[in-house]
Amino acid sequence: MLITCPYCGPRDVIEFTYQGDGNRERPDPASQNFEAWNAYVYDRLNPAGDHNEIWQHSGGCRTHLRVVRNTLTHEISSVAFMRGDHGRGDHGSAARRKAEDKS
Amino acid sequence: MAEYSAFSLLANALKGNKDWKPAWRKPDPKASYDVIIIGGGGHGLATAYYLAKEHGITNVAVVEKGWLGSGNVGRNTTAVRSNYLLPANTRFYEHSMKLWENLSHELNYNVMFSQRGCLNLAHTPAQFDDYARRGNAMRHLGVDAELMTKAEIKRLIPALDISDDARFPVVGGLMQRRAGTARHDAVAWGYARGADRRGVDIIENCEVTGFLRDGDRITGVSTSRGDIRAKKVAVAVAGSTGRVMQLAGIETMPIESHVLQAFVTESLKPFIDTVVTFGMGHFYMSQSDKGGLIYGGDIDGYNSYAQRGNLPVVDEVMSEMLALFPGLARVRMLRSWGGVCDMSMDGSPIITTGPLPGMYLNCGWCYGGFKATPASGWCFAWTIAKDQPHDLNAPFTLDRFHRGLVIDDKGQGANPRLH
Repeated sequence: MLITCPYCGPRDVIEFTYQGDGNRERPDPASQNFEAWNAYVYDRLNPAGDHNEIWQHSGGCRTHLRVVRNTLTHEISSVAFMRGDHGRGDHGSAARRKAEDKS
Repeated sequence: MAEYSAFSLLANALKGNKDWKPAWRKPDPKASYDVIIIGGGGHGLATAYYLAKEHGITNVAVVEKGWLGSGNVGRNTTAVRSNYLLPANTRFYEHSMKLWENLSHELNYNVMFSQRGCLNLAHTPAQFDDYARRGNAMRHLGVDAELMTKAEIKRLIPALDISDDARFPVVGGLMQRRAGTARHDAVAWGYARGADRRGVDIIENCEVTGFLRDGDRITGVSTSRGDIRAKKVAVAVAGSTGRVMQLAGIETMPIESHVLQAFVTESLKPFIDTVVTFGMGHFYMSQSDKGGLIYGGDIDGYNSYAQRGNLPVVDEVMSEMLALFPGLARVRMLRSWGGVCDMSMDGSPIITTGPLPGMYLNCGWCYGGFKATPASGWCFAWTIAKDQPHDLNAPFTLDRFHRGLVIDDKGQGANPRLH
């Protein structure tokens, strides 16, 4: 399996670390909505087909990447930087947004 | 009289072996059943067998999308053990072990269960202490366990590198003597024949494409061979649980599907007569009766429904093998393959009623489902027949994650790729 890093080009999967499901939405750290936290920690869409996931090019430029990969064929249809993506599944993004709001 | 016996072998041999019956029929699906079991693997077939034998429920269909036993029951590395730390797991897997010990006799089918022992190697004093703790926990619940010294291990496995300059020197190990291996295909075939002879319909090449519903209640399945109605629909499709539950409208599960690879070498003369596991990585190996070394390691580590893996894990598994057995460097690998595992959020399975009315769920076996086959079928049959779990599977609920009652033997947290 090759992942095309936007910086480094196509590299073998051994250079990358899987950071898990990119569909999950982390509740606000101050949230006391237990259901939302449980869902974030335990529940997965686990689709057979295109899957949004997070990989880190840990053996290369070390950037975090948002990858769409097919779980039936291992075919990768898109790779993009996580950076600037204040969206779903970005661990800590809610905390960062909050910090940015204050500054 | 037993269908397979020395006498029946002789009698059939004299008659030119013309009178053997197929081990199971190939029936067409009926319009309705009392129970439909989705998945003709080890767990589904064992469930059908125990439903018929223990609970007298014989109007049962097992529907299988491929051929019987084409999934994980024929893809595992055949180890059977009950060396867990937490009581819920220990009790359940020990019940399984006791069923294994009588399985060939029970099924009148030689599953070649061989209690050759399973040795976990420790490579640091701390790990050895941890194994002592687990061994004590096992013995506390009546399961056999013994610590082994380096010298004892060397006598048991002469080919193992126990020198002090090994990459990860062996300090000792934890042995379960009653653990071992079984012939996995025979387990599927034996349960299939036992269920078939009691009236269960095993319907192969019959893929479930949807669920029939009356409001929330599940009342049957749509399949590639037509609609089939049932009072109870049981799902035993570990590896494909996500796909099948999505057909029932359940969008999320505490499960990720991952691919696990396994390997076999060319046949060798007797080399190792136990199951051995590496403690400084993830590697396990035994030798089949044909002589091939059967071994495997970690899952590939990313979500996958493909029954094939990638090269980094192949490389890692081979390195681990050579760290333990440098003498195998020139042995050729014959075949490798992959199977899809339900990796649950705590490494433990789910055997429960629900989550919808009329539905029963058996899943989340991670990569330890084969050894559980008899107890999984036994407990699932109980749960289906009585509409409530047996004490042995009562902890393995689906809602335990949201209720904070996880059973995390390895202590890895909700990180399925690490279990």
